[in-house]
Amino acid sequence: MFRRRFSAGPRLPTQAIKLTQSDSSTIPRLELRDIRKVYPAVVANDGVNLTAYPGDIHAIVGENGAGKSTLMKIVYGVTKPDAGEIRWEGERVRINRPADARKIGIGMVFQHFSLFETLTVAQNIALGMEGPYRPDELSERIESVSEHYGLPLDPRRLVHSLSVGERQRVEIVRCLLQEPKLLIMDEPTSVLTPQAVTKLFDTLRRLAGEGCSILYISHKLEEIQELCGVATVMRRGKVTGVVDPKKEGAAGLARMMIGRELPAYEHGEPVSVREERLVLDRLSMTSDDPFGTDLKDISFTVYGGEIVGIAGISGNGQQELLKAISGEAPLPASRASAVRIDGKPAAHFDADTRRDLGLTFVPEERLGRGVVPPMSLDENALLTTYRKGMVRYGLIDRLRVREFAEQCVQDFDVRCAGTHAAAKSLSGGNLQKFIVGREMNQKPEVLVVSQPTWGVDVGAASAIRQALIDLRNERAAVLVVSEELDELFEICDRIVVIAQGRISPARKPSETDMEEIGLWMSGMFPESETVKVSTSGTSHVA
Amino acid sequence: MWLKIEARPAPSVRMKYLSPLIAVALTLMTGVIFSAFMSLNPLNTFHAFFISPIDDWYGLGELGVNAIPLVLIGTGLAIGFRSNVWNIGAEGQLAMGAIFGGGVALYFYEQEGAYVLPLMFVMGALGGMFWASIPAFLRTRFNTNEILVSLMLNYVAILILSYLVHDLWRDPDGFNFPESRLFSESSTLPIVLEGTRLHFGVVIALGAVALAWVFVRKSFLGYQMQVAGMANAAALYAGFKRKRMVWVGLLSGGLAAGVAGLMEVAGPIGQLLPSVSPGYGYAAIIVAFVGRLHPFGILLAGLLMSLLYLGGESAQMDLGLPSAVTGVFQGMLLFYLLAADLFINFRMRRDTAGSRVAGAGL
Repeated sequence: MFRRRFSAGPRLPTQAIKLTQSDSSTIPRLELRDIRKVYPAVVANDGVNLTAYPGDIHAIVGENGAGKSTLMKIVYGVTKPDAGEIRWEGERVRINRPADARKIGIGMVFQHFSLFETLTVAQNIALGMEGPYRPDELSERIESVSEHYGLPLDPRRLVHSLSVGERQRVEIVRCLLQEPKLLIMDEPTSVLTPQAVTKLFDTLRRLAGEGCSILYISHKLEEIQELCGVATVMRRGKVTGVVDPKKEGAAGLARMMIGRELPAYEHGEPVSVREERLVLDRLSMTSDDPFGTDLKDISFTVYGGEIVGIAGISGNGQQELLKAISGEAPLPASRASAVRIDGKPAAHFDADTRRDLGLTFVPEERLGRGVVPPMSLDENALLTTYRKGMVRYGLIDRLRVREFAEQCVQDFDVRCAGTHAAAKSLSGGNLQKFIVGREMNQKPEVLVVSQPTWGVDVGAASAIRQALIDLRNERAAVLVVSEELDELFEICDRIVVIAQGRISPARKPSETDMEEIGLWMSGMFPESETVKVSTSGTSHVA
Repeated sequence: MWLKIEARPAPSVRMKYLSPLIAVALTLMTGVIFSAFMSLNPLNTFHAFFISPIDDWYGLGELGVNAIPLVLIGTGLAIGFRSNVWNIGAEGQLAMGAIFGGGVALYFYEQEGAYVLPLMFVMGALGGMFWASIPAFLRTRFNTNEILVSLMLNYVAILILSYLVHDLWRDPDGFNFPESRLFSESSTLPIVLEGTRLHFGVVIALGAVALAWVFVRKSFLGYQMQVAGMANAAALYAGFKRKRMVWVGLLSGGLAAGVAGLMEVAGPIGQLLPSVSPGYGYAAIIVAFVGRLHPFGILLAGLLMSLLYLGGESAQMDLGLPSAVTGVFQGMLLFYLLAADLFINFRMRRDTAGSRVAGAGL
């Protein structure tokens, strides 16, 4: 029978943690003092202090690149600090490897799962176990632990058949079996539906109630306000504040995160031109990837002057859909009309021919797909613009290419050492601004953007969103695929949901809410409402 | 004190150019150590290897004669290598160029005419490209691995050549030796430097280097091939035609190797023999990489490799070393180059204190 270490302890209410915990009787579970970590190009942590008490749900907040993940890797023994000390229950410790961390009671759930798709839940968990165990006992323990914490899980199921939320449960249960006193969660909700997030929070509150400390890394301020009693805010490797998020408010937290106020958007009314710019007409496609998602009978239309958002949990066919639209995965000519750009059948065209029809595309992987990492911004500008008079007699007109690159850098405020700088020397946000600029400055009829603000800091994210809205106001059709529901609700005129390779009916943001979209993301949406496109090409949208 | 290897924030440009020089230096040092083990005077070995082959005009001419096929083929292969098209079949494409071009010379054996030599060039080029088109077709049509196909075709081409000189094209007045007739005057390349064997091929090789430079630096196709080599997903995203690049990559190598093969038989050899190349097609792969796939680098690397060939011969004659010594030096050069290349993207550092303490201090 699974022995619960914390069951005997007092049940601390989650919110009972005082920031001024000077009471010497409570020894902090974890204390970090003056942690410093320097990478070749960047100071990731600079004099970071952090104190977590038993029963704390302690948020670590900051933009991407603020040093949150580095700090957690140091606590978990993945990375070693260059300076500073770690105290565990009052004693100084060295954590040289994750095994050391697990031994003293630290567990971590990473943002990216490390599970073998072809093994069962129990087998995956067994792989991470230290010391001998009995397989039948293990399955029992998995069941009892998952039940106790409200994380239903069948140990006999194969991982590839699990949803992303269920996979995360496997990772959490794997940690809980080690009976941790401190649990680190790295951006756990980025892959979950709103309903699954609520369930996860219940589990975390229960854990904290039993005395476990939780370090919760996130950049989603609403979640932190709902869940956490303390927040350590980081910016550029330094701690900029330790606050009670409930009192501080989202605006205050954001100010500490980015160092200034959050900008507001100028939306404007949708310019409703009823011109079909991008039409998907019963698009079906089998994925090349054995664990990919097949597309099933996808139909929807994007008109000029509107932004359509595609919501969904990652791995539900977004990758395949985007490749079918962009031309990276063309269909046979017999099914050419499954994708129509400005009325012309295009599903059989390569990416470059589709660009001639006025389509541009911002992919979600920037390095290696959106740009060639070792090449300069100049050379990367040529990547998708070569049909705009930049090549004559087979030779590159370097002057015109440079002019175009410089225009992108100027229009989108790309911070770089110049257009001769290698693409990989730019930060994620600046690179994204460059790619978005390159695709937008070609004046597309249709712009398709995947994860426009992923890994982009708050300031750059709002600039990109504003640019998308501006393009829509110039009557282009914009299709945005994003896992961030807030973002879609903020900028889209209509939202559809993709789940298991099928597409839901469209909804205006004002006519739906997070709850409904969240429910649809798990695959439960009304089939009958699905958009029907007649063969003549005229269409009607629900 | 411990050393650790860590990633550089950016690749070192200095190291990129220094790395071939370091590789050359290490190759020389190892050669010296070897000769010491074989109780040879290292200085004599060094002299026999690197000085005596080129201490007169004739020797310098020989340096050029050997460098011509190496530079030409290396330049052609590098165009494919830049886009990750791995043509290992230059040796066979060279033999095919010799067969097609040499066939013209034998056909027009009794005719004098200015048209014969240009026709030989055209046929030699076509022969090499024909042989390279086989792996290109199989790769683009059936997605076969061009490394294996082009490599295996080397043996096929060399056996075809061997069959021809043993049978069909054997010299009727040649006392049954497996060799063709000697080519006539009008089917032989003119000599450009009196008193040496340096032939017209030097112009072709230098022209190829200049052309390749324009292709790599200025042309859009060269850019596309570079993109495909560095980031295939980006090439797909941009919509570049991958098949076209495979064709261009393989055909450029085949063209260069075919012309090189023709120039061997129409130049220094002067007839068809069962073997027309001492492994130029393979050595050119090393030349391409030592030269950093850059046309001018390949020119220098080709001269170096040529010197290794000459040095190997001279070491056989002067010191009685086995012929395998050339291969040993070539292998060492590539080995050291690959090792030194690690430090383009990585650097060595003394490990700082603090990260060395072992064990969790519990």
